Amino acid sequence: MPKDSGIGASSKRREDVRFLTGTGNYTDDINLHGQAYVHFLRSDVAHGRLNKVDTSVAAEMPGVVRIFTGADFEGVGGLPCGWQVTDKHGNPMQEPAHPVLAQGKVRHVGDPIAAVVAETAAQARNAAEAIELDIEELPAVIDMKEAVKEGATKVHDDLDSNLCYDWGFVEENKAAVDEAFEKAAHVTSLELVNQRLVANPMEPRVAVGDYNRATGDSTLYTTSQNPHVIRLLMGAFVLGIPEHKLRVVAPDVGGGFGSKIFHYAEEAFCTFAAKALARPVKWTSSRSEAFISDAHGRDHVTKIELALDADNNFTALRTDTYANMGAYLSTFAPSVPTWLHGTLMAGNYKTPLIYVNVKAVFTNTVAVDAYRGAGRPEATYQLERVIDKAARELGVDPVALRRQNFITEFPYATPVAVEYDTGDYNATMDKLLEMVDRDGFEARAAESAKSGKLRGFGVNTYIEACGIAPSALVGQLGARAGLYESATVRVNATGGLVVMTGSHSHGQGHETAFPQVVADMIGIPENMVEIVHGDTANTPMGMGTYGSRSLAVGGSAIVRATEKIINKAKKIAAHLMEASEGDVELKDGQFTVAGTDKSVAWGDVTLAAYVPHNYPLEELEPGLEETAFYDPANFTYPAGAYACEVEVDPDTGKVTVCSFAAADDFGNVVNPMIVEGQVHGGLAQGIGQALLEGAVYDENGQLLSASYMDYAMPRADDLPSFQVDHSCATPCTHNPLGVKGCGEAGAIGSPPAVVNAVVDALQRGGHNVTHIDMPLSPGRVWQAMNG
Amino acid sequence: MYEFEFKRPGTIADAVAAIGAEEAQLLGGGQTLLPTMKQRLAAPAVLVSLGGISEMQGVCTDDAGRICVGGGTTHAAVSAATAESYPALSHLAGHIGDPAVRNRGTIGGSLANNDPAACYPAAVLASGANVVTNTREIAADDFFEGMFTTALNDGEIITEVKFPVPVAASYQKFLQPASRFALTGVFVAKFAGAVRVAVTGASEDGVFRWSEAEAALSADFSPDAVDGLSVSADGMIADMHGSAAYRANLVKVLTKRAVSAC
Repeated sequence: MPKDSGIGASSKRREDVRFLTGTGNYTDDINLHGQAYVHFLRSDVAHGRLNKVDTSVAAEMPGVVRIFTGADFEGVGGLPCGWQVTDKHGNPMQEPAHPVLAQGKVRHVGDPIAAVVAETAAQARNAAEAIELDIEELPAVIDMKEAVKEGATKVHDDLDSNLCYDWGFVEENKAAVDEAFEKAAHVTSLELVNQRLVANPMEPRVAVGDYNRATGDSTLYTTSQNPHVIRLLMGAFVLGIPEHKLRVVAPDVGGGFGSKIFHYAEEAFCTFAAKALARPVKWTSSRSEAFISDAHGRDHVTKIELALDADNNFTALRTDTYANMGAYLSTFAPSVPTWLHGTLMAGNYKTPLIYVNVKAVFTNTVAVDAYRGAGRPEATYQLERVIDKAARELGVDPVALRRQNFITEFPYATPVAVEYDTGDYNATMDKLLEMVDRDGFEARAAESAKSGKLRGFGVNTYIEACGIAPSALVGQLGARAGLYESATVRVNATGGLVVMTGSHSHGQGHETAFPQVVADMIGIPENMVEIVHGDTANTPMGMGTYGSRSLAVGGSAIVRATEKIINKAKKIAAHLMEASEGDVELKDGQFTVAGTDKSVAWGDVTLAAYVPHNYPLEELEPGLEETAFYDPANFTYPAGAYACEVEVDPDTGKVTVCSFAAADDFGNVVNPMIVEGQVHGGLAQGIGQALLEGAVYDENGQLLSASYMDYAMPRADDLPSFQVDHSCATPCTHNPLGVKGCGEAGAIGSPPAVVNAVVDALQRGGHNVTHIDMPLSPGRVWQAMNG
Repeated sequence: MYEFEFKRPGTIADAVAAIGAEEAQLLGGGQTLLPTMKQRLAAPAVLVSLGGISEMQGVCTDDAGRICVGGGTTHAAVSAATAESYPALSHLAGHIGDPAVRNRGTIGGSLANNDPAACYPAAVLASGANVVTNTREIAADDFFEGMFTTALNDGEIITEVKFPVPVAASYQKFLQPASRFALTGVFVAKFAGAVRVAVTGASEDGVFRWSEAEAALSADFSPDAVDGLSVSADGMIADMHGSAAYRANLVKVLTKRAVSAC
């Protein structure tokens, strides 16, 4: 019987009522008295020297309040990078300055040069057009391999080269890995591109800066996944505002997918300008602006090699990746191709020797940072593609080759520095094969052939590291932040609870799922619990939401705080019942004493806490409010097996996804409906990457796919009805809920299944095609088939 | 968007008078022009909407049996009105863009813009339709002059389009994955005496007739009839969605499919 409330129940998402009835409160809905509007004049060339920015004519235009340029930010801090990677020689990465407004040079199309603040948005835009620019255009550095050649034009004149870092992992293993390749019975190698993506959340970014002249306090309303992180980065590193004088609010946020983790120039500008002008300043990104100012994702060029022995056991893995950083280091950019990528290269397999090399490169393009999955999709894609290729070369079943090499004993320490606590990869593979009726494939292929179509089957597994992250560990790896999470549970006198969490919901359903946990622990209805998030003024210092961490880390903090509440409530109950604290039990919202008929209700205890007339005041403070900070002991390791069936039209190259099945191990599940929704969304994004999406720059650094006319987002009719299952659960061993995280799995696990299926279809159709780079657009598939 | 003056005349005569103003621009359904203005890539001083002219609305049949579509008729209205009388045209109009585009965009606006990937030019050219303006009647073969270029003079208004109805016809559109315009679209119209084949989305010169296929299909109206023909990639559009050779291939594939569907 499915539960109807608490942990394990598919409670309906309470936040959807306001989202679906147009009553949400998004940042753009916030309009402050006396607010002015800013328009950013952005570079339309990829690389150039700023000889002159003349604002004299523009400044006289109607409605203009003030025009800011890079000169106004001299002496103001630049946008900081939150992660320092150390290269294979032990040296820190090259870290360029990132001014709020361009100084001296522009480095990508979209780089902000000037900011016009005016009475209306239209006046700001009109005046921006009247700014006179003299830009001496420089050669654009676009291709990563060209960028790191000797003598290449430098994106940053003050750096040694365009190489941010050359990272080797694990450097000490390199010789042993090379030796294993020399001894291998078979080596499969594959060169591939994990293409650049634009996150495209439904809500573009918005920032509203405000300054209170009476108190000297600054407030920033912004579309962020982590308001405390923005407060810390912007306050401490950019504007020099201490946290107690700076409030950051991220209200309802319409999707982020990573792109709203980072601290952006527009946020710092609006906060800065609001103080300078003593009036609120608002910026709302257009969709066109989002394409050239939101951090992009992926953009890896990789060569991967897999060594196998004569019995088809994986003996070593070696990769060589160029990772695009874009023109500047976005907040967490350096960590994505390294610690979120190299550490996952073992996948679900017991490959004993692994060496990962990553060269991070500056180019004259928009900065690249975390996007749903962040490093883990890149790892999964290359690994699962090379395994599939190996199976074909060896003439063995791709499922059997994977099973043969699965990790089966846990905990398992990989050769790439992480320890998987639990998992059962054969179980998810068994479940997957049961879901997809693999035995019926030949009949379905014959049916497809009748209409001239080639049918293919693709399978892969994935593993990811979620629940980011143990602070001490990531500190050693270069993180300039802790990655705990926080919660304050405030019980009101009449028994209702408010949970203030450092996590941030921008679509995930926290306002529904978190109350399920708390209500379950106390035994009260979910609607007695309210979630507060997104405002640094009324939530404890938290690190926000990304990396599928909210339930595993934020939820664990809520559990810890609620445990403290229950412990204290039991003391109060013991006093009220004149019993020993150790004998008090809490069930279904009633405190009882074992072996007696004594009981007091939850509400009686909470009332006593705030009306302490009959209360052990000598031993216990009144009130019922507790805070907990939870720092995870390890990452969590969701894993699963995915399969895809496609039909390829050989005349046009058009790929149709006929079916897609996902068997995931997310550990324990709090709300199955929300989990399924997360997987559906992830699959849509992953299939979108496999077949449709791709940011394309020309050689001059112009973004050709700069609107929905050319950037293909997945739509409902591009996708099949998904089959999803999460019944193969091996609970996480180190967090109190036993949960692992589900937000990114779909986007991580699905691209290789699609590409494997298309290659399978083409090979079955007699085409000698071993690989096609994503997106597998009709034109590319047809080209591959027709040489 | 820059500021502009908006006029919405009620008659063709008033529209002709209004369009004489300096930097005036005709507005059909605005599905191309308004996004362009929002991007500040177009800046007319006066916008003359044709949406209020009732004599340019609707679909009827003339004495010669031609389907006559008022220049201001939306795609959705055309689709609904021609479902029985000209199913291929109805299908084409019913699959342009999305519901918002189909209920705002007009046939006159689409033809005057002559986007190289638009659907309507293929129907007009393959049907051998006549484009009627406030001053003259222009045969389809003379109307389309290349990408975004037509025989229309400045300020000339498409008031009506007259479609001869073929014995059989089919439009096959292969979607550009992002915009869902035609990456390539082929309209095949079989008349009693001849077959006309019009191709949109493929050529750098905009919509064109594939005369070799017309000859082959006029002799033998079967998909196999075009097997021996080859389409040159010269002059075909090449972009991130497909090479010139790919579009040339689509021309042939879609022509065969259109013939099959007739």
